[in-house]
Amino acid sequence: MTPSAYVLEYHLINYRRTWRASVFSSLVLPLLTMLGFGLGVGGFVTGGVEGVSYLQWMVPGLIASTALQTAVGESTWPVMSCFTWVKIYFAQAAAPLRTTDILGGHLAFMLFRVMITTTAFLLVAFCFGALRSAWAVAVLPIALLVGAAVAAPVAAYTASVTSDSYLAILLRFAVLPMSLFSGVFFPIESLPEVLRWVAWALPLWHGVDLSRAATLGLDPGPDAVWQVLYLLLWCVAGWFLASWRYRRRLVI
Amino acid sequence: MNSLIHARGLVKRFGDFTAVDGIDIDVRAGEAFGFLGPNGAGKSSTMRMIGCVSPPSDGVLRILGMDPRRDGPRIRARLGVCPQLDNLDPELTVLENLTTYARFFGISRGVARARAAELLEFVQLGERAGSKVEPLSGGMKRRLTIARALVNEPDLVLLDEPTTGLDPQARHLVWERLFRLKQQGVTLVLTTHYMDEAEQLCDRLVVMDGGRIVAEGSPRELIEAHSTREVVELRFATEDQGLYAGKLAGIGERTEVLPDRVLLYVTDGDDALAEVHRRSLSPASSLARRSSLEDVFLRLTGRTLVD
Repeated sequence: MTPSAYVLEYHLINYRRTWRASVFSSLVLPLLTMLGFGLGVGGFVTGGVEGVSYLQWMVPGLIASTALQTAVGESTWPVMSCFTWVKIYFAQAAAPLRTTDILGGHLAFMLFRVMITTTAFLLVAFCFGALRSAWAVAVLPIALLVGAAVAAPVAAYTASVTSDSYLAILLRFAVLPMSLFSGVFFPIESLPEVLRWVAWALPLWHGVDLSRAATLGLDPGPDAVWQVLYLLLWCVAGWFLASWRYRRRLVI
Repeated sequence: MNSLIHARGLVKRFGDFTAVDGIDIDVRAGEAFGFLGPNGAGKSSTMRMIGCVSPPSDGVLRILGMDPRRDGPRIRARLGVCPQLDNLDPELTVLENLTTYARFFGISRGVARARAAELLEFVQLGERAGSKVEPLSGGMKRRLTIARALVNEPDLVLLDEPTTGLDPQARHLVWERLFRLKQQGVTLVLTTHYMDEAEQLCDRLVVMDGGRIVAEGSPRELIEAHSTREVVELRFATEDQGLYAGKLAGIGERTEVLPDRVLLYVTDGDDALAEVHRRSLSPASSLARRSSLEDVFLRLTGRTLVD
């Protein structure tokens, strides 16, 4: 096993205490949104969107958005706790682990959490008949890609700030607008040009667009390659940023 | 001679601030080596460099014959570290804290469990193996951190202020366990600002002040070199203890005036006290005692250890 696998193992053992509650809430959240948005709002949007029912149109976006929420949730307060409150990162740094092992193991755990919430959402969506194609299984790797594209830079951000009020700022000024303007609830074509550029620049819209093509069984076209590459760019840049910030905190 | 720790001209700078200002140390296998000094003397910065989590700014440093700049993980695999502030996982059990930590060293689960159980007995926490860490007392947490530092059977154990913040009873329990380790031949390196801790545990120590080493030797050598055999402490019922300094002149080798008491450095405490009374000076309280490292520190730096 590589050293980062030992770090992942530590986070999994820690997760074992709360996994039941966590998996339960991973199922309840999609259930509620399905009922509220899909049936409630969907009943209102009677014409459907782009030729499919509102529920079927919105579900892939919500799954990508849930992957984002999980990744952000795991890379903010838990990371701050590892640095500031529990300080377990410092205990790990005293062992024969490198900062990249500590970061890599924790990111792997974050992606594990993304995998759980995404799988749960897919199952619920399947039960509601919201998936139109077997290609929907491709949503899982897409969600992991979105998760990594977000978790790595956010972990870098969390490692750089000293108080958790900065985390609240991140949620309010980055995560919330990204969730609203990334084509989750309505097509970004209805946005003004400027906001459309914001959607294209941020990682979530690409995940939403790819997931939507998958669950609706549409051909994503050659753009899909660029979208995947763009998300990978976020992952790689986020990884280097986070490694740098982690080293600055742990090796002084 | 083979040193486990070998440092020459070791320097640690943080921006403009020099925390460690060119120190030389050699720690041999099997000895208990101490860094004694007040807060801010550079002890913890030195310990972090030895623990290979803080690269030296300048100078030579070899740990277990290796270079921390290159071989950090290989060195850390053979170190046990007990940090100044506990960084245990409060939500895991006592046992899980040891077993998960052992895994970071690549120790198999079976060996980790067996060793953890053994170590919990050693630090007298065997009965708490299944309980969470959060409700443990400060002394128990510190003992658990010490057990965690031993989980990889280290060649060298680093303890940064192992008993700071503990009540006297808990301190004695920690000292007793550390003394046991020392008897087993484990090499201990510790920092402390308690002179009694240094006297009890250290075979050899360096006194640090302002990032430099101001003296080095065994506790007894240091006392012999820098202090007299005995000390008389006098407290006078007055605001300014210094008023009495002149009247005490000539008694013993040296007089030291502190805000709350006057110290007389003498060969024989009882003789000195008799002389104080012959001069009709009547201190509110008086005490004759053996010289300690506190006196050495006061002599070398002009300051007391614990403010």
